[in-house]
Amino acid sequence: MCLGIPGKILSIYEEQSTKMAKVDFGGVTRDVCIEVIPEAEPGNWTIVHAGFALNILDEAEALETLSILQEISELAGEEDSIIGI
Amino acid sequence: MASEMQSNDFLKGFRDAKLVKKVVEEIHQRISRPWSIMEICGGQTHAIMQFGLDQLLPKEIELVHGPGCPVCVTALELIDQALWIACQSKVIFTSFGDMLRVPGSTNDLFSIRASGGQVRVVYSPLDAVKIAKDNPDQEVVFFAIGFETTAPANAMAVIHAQKLGLENFSILPANVLVPPAMHTILNSPNNRIQGFLAAGHVCAIMGYWEYPPIAKRYQVPIVVTGFEPLDLLQGILSTVELLEDGRVEVNNAYPRVVSFEGNKAAQRLINQVFEPVDRKWRGIGIIPKSGLGLREEFRSFDATKRFQTGEIQTQESDICMAGEVLQGLKKPADCPAFGTLCTPNSPLGAPMVSSEGACAAYYRYGKN
Repeated sequence: MCLGIPGKILSIYEEQSTKMAKVDFGGVTRDVCIEVIPEAEPGNWTIVHAGFALNILDEAEALETLSILQEISELAGEEDSIIGI
Repeated sequence: MASEMQSNDFLKGFRDAKLVKKVVEEIHQRISRPWSIMEICGGQTHAIMQFGLDQLLPKEIELVHGPGCPVCVTALELIDQALWIACQSKVIFTSFGDMLRVPGSTNDLFSIRASGGQVRVVYSPLDAVKIAKDNPDQEVVFFAIGFETTAPANAMAVIHAQKLGLENFSILPANVLVPPAMHTILNSPNNRIQGFLAAGHVCAIMGYWEYPPIAKRYQVPIVVTGFEPLDLLQGILSTVELLEDGRVEVNNAYPRVVSFEGNKAAQRLINQVFEPVDRKWRGIGIIPKSGLGLREEFRSFDATKRFQTGEIQTQESDICMAGEVLQGLKKPADCPAFGTLCTPNSPLGAPMVSSEGACAAYYRYGKN
């Protein structure tokens, strides 16, 4: 139910004064209500649930999380090699 | 660099097998004793089983499945009310697809559709408004279920219908809220939950400012967690670290989507249309201020006011132990009907129906 799918905003328009966007989900385009992310711009990533954008996806945070996990991985790797010696 | 990220990099990055292995190893290293951790969201229950993460975790971790499945917790009275409305002439009853097979006292929306009722599945609440606009001589009712994640979309449907001046659109308000359910679980004398994975998309809307007082009051760490394999493992690792260190804190393991204060515009939208009301949860009972009802100025959109359904006598299955499963007290396979009398094709309780129900997850991914 609370499934959220990441998609990339292609264009923004208004329908009966409700903010809407065309959003690309890996090749499939859907109309999404972006009323609660008024600052959104084409090119932004968003998380969409039930045809409704929940938030703008923070790409810098995404990369930061992956790099932290990468560090865990590298630290673990070093420990492995120490044990290996 | 970030702006050049391609469409599937987000998914790929958070499904990296090598990183998954390393985070799993880290969890194994950090853990020294048994811990019971509840993932509140049913979507996470399914993701954990779909990716087989439960098989990779140390045996000391017991993942307890929470009540975060709106289809599962919608009260039988509301389901029966929906079934009654869907049977009326000149009514188009609209709902998310998950709801169609949920058993009411005597039948389900699917069987009403099969016998000629106008029951339509919508992807978005706004689609239901469009159906109302296109069918001015029919009453269009939307079953507004969901947690905080879905509440802004449900609110927007009401506002949109109001803007369009639609008098033939109404909703059956059934939204529920996570924090009151956490209080109920933690207040239970049978509670054994020591840490929570908080539902990432609920927090995308609400933030996690509501959680520090809960963590402090019940002395449980809470970690906001996403849905990809690495998100889930990072959430579990963070919870294990807090538990092992004896730290009662609220962490955010899903910062690319969730901020502390959440989406303020979405919260304003919810508050504009809805107000907290007491709501009954199927299998659990009434939880104070755990639901969203329409505010006075939007009451004309309330299907329960528009259709006088009268008193409905409900009848639950005698065998089904959905309530105990939803509270994390029992596992689906503890139920004598699991996989025999109760299957996704012939469910006794809602958790066997929903794509987020714990029973359906156990059935689908072969856990018994």
